[in-house]
Amino acid sequence: MDEKTEHHYQPGYLFLPFDIYEPEDIIKSINEFIPKTVDLVQGAIDKVVPSENKVLMHDGSVLVYDVLIVATGAKTAPEEIEGMKGTEWYKSVFDFYTFEGSLSLRNKLRDWKGGKLVVHITEMPIKCPVAPLEFAFLADSYFKHKHMRDKVDITYVTPLSGAFTKPKATEALEHLLQEKNINIESDFAIEHVDNEKKEIVDYGGRAIPFDILVTVPTNKGDEVIARSGMGDDLNYVPTHKATLQSKEYANVFVLGDASNIPASKAGSVAHFEAEILTDNILRFVKGEPLKEEFDGHANCFIETGNGKALLIDFNYTHEPVEGTFPFPGVGPLKLLKESRMNHMGKLAFRWIYWNVLLKGTHIPFVSASMSEAGKKYN
Amino acid sequence: MEKTIAGKSIAVNEEGYLTDFKQWDKSVGEALAAEAEINLTPRHWDVLSYLQTEHKNEVPLSIRKIGKSGVVDIKEFYQLFPKAPLKTATKIAGIPKPASCI
Repeated sequence: MDEKTEHHYQPGYLFLPFDIYEPEDIIKSINEFIPKTVDLVQGAIDKVVPSENKVLMHDGSVLVYDVLIVATGAKTAPEEIEGMKGTEWYKSVFDFYTFEGSLSLRNKLRDWKGGKLVVHITEMPIKCPVAPLEFAFLADSYFKHKHMRDKVDITYVTPLSGAFTKPKATEALEHLLQEKNINIESDFAIEHVDNEKKEIVDYGGRAIPFDILVTVPTNKGDEVIARSGMGDDLNYVPTHKATLQSKEYANVFVLGDASNIPASKAGSVAHFEAEILTDNILRFVKGEPLKEEFDGHANCFIETGNGKALLIDFNYTHEPVEGTFPFPGVGPLKLLKESRMNHMGKLAFRWIYWNVLLKGTHIPFVSASMSEAGKKYN
Repeated sequence: MEKTIAGKSIAVNEEGYLTDFKQWDKSVGEALAAEAEINLTPRHWDVLSYLQTEHKNEVPLSIRKIGKSGVVDIKEFYQLFPKAPLKTATKIAGIPKPASCI
């Protein structure tokens, strides 16, 4: 069931503002990805009644289920912060986590003459936690290519203790910020956006001025989760982190960003979860005990600009470290190091997404559980 | 690495955060607070114990969430743990600071 008729390749929102991708690269019809043996119901859901195994649709129809998989995702909620969706919204205040925001930002950047560009994270958790950093790196690269980098001041503002928060990543990557001349404002807990003065202000009274603010608003689960009474205060469904079963309803499973598990809200996580979820639902149907198999595995390319990228591979217990991937000692991809090969991987990933991942095909040589081989843990 | 805190040998990371919460007790909390030049009052302890419970339940911590918790409002949280309250309070509570994936 989906209320939308189009599927968006969300990682593409990062590239749209910089004219690297066009809208048609990232939007396709949902219809073409649903197997012929599956019924696709298109329409908005009023609410789920998990105690009665029912889904109530807006048009009044009712669907009854034996097993429900909730995959309603996460989205931005700029209204959570005073003034964020104010008079400057899509004039000098933008998000790039929606198609509309990303496209408005592209149009703004195309003829911007320069000034203070502030890239900002409102609060964690957010989808694709590295995307704002990638945005700052790509902005550096974009303005360099336009021969106007000296006219743009880039500041990265985070509620965390720095742009990097894990020891190994900080050690390996901190130099990138100096090389790219990106200023860091850390421990910034935004209280409001001042649309008149064009600044963001935090609870401690610190103010940061901007000419363009690119913010990642608070992320929340879908309102349908709140209407159904199935979520926490950010509308995420409490979920067992290793089995992916709802903590409250045995026949409800949660896939991807809709859950509250402490894994990254990333596409690769949803992909690895899907493999384990399939096995567990089959066990559930047979009345067998579920396997606590999901380890929080995530695998992400990180654009660093100028035709290079990083690759990280990590899980619940293992932070990203240097090494080789997917073949230990061989690669060809290098972990936690900038390379052109990683950038090619990131660009190739769009093709893999549309042609392999969405069809549920297993990615060769990459397992759902993280491998420790070929990695430098100590 | 190991660090002597309140006369005990405690496992900490590069930034001095405890890596094993089981080694935390109130005397460790008091010693870490003294390092941050904070004198712990009953209000501090309310906040620290709330943070420890949230951490145990694997709830991601954010300042706005703490403000909505009913335990402390954001203004008081800044008064209790000045400058970077979440970074300081988590260290004293013996739990990891809020982090991203890299």
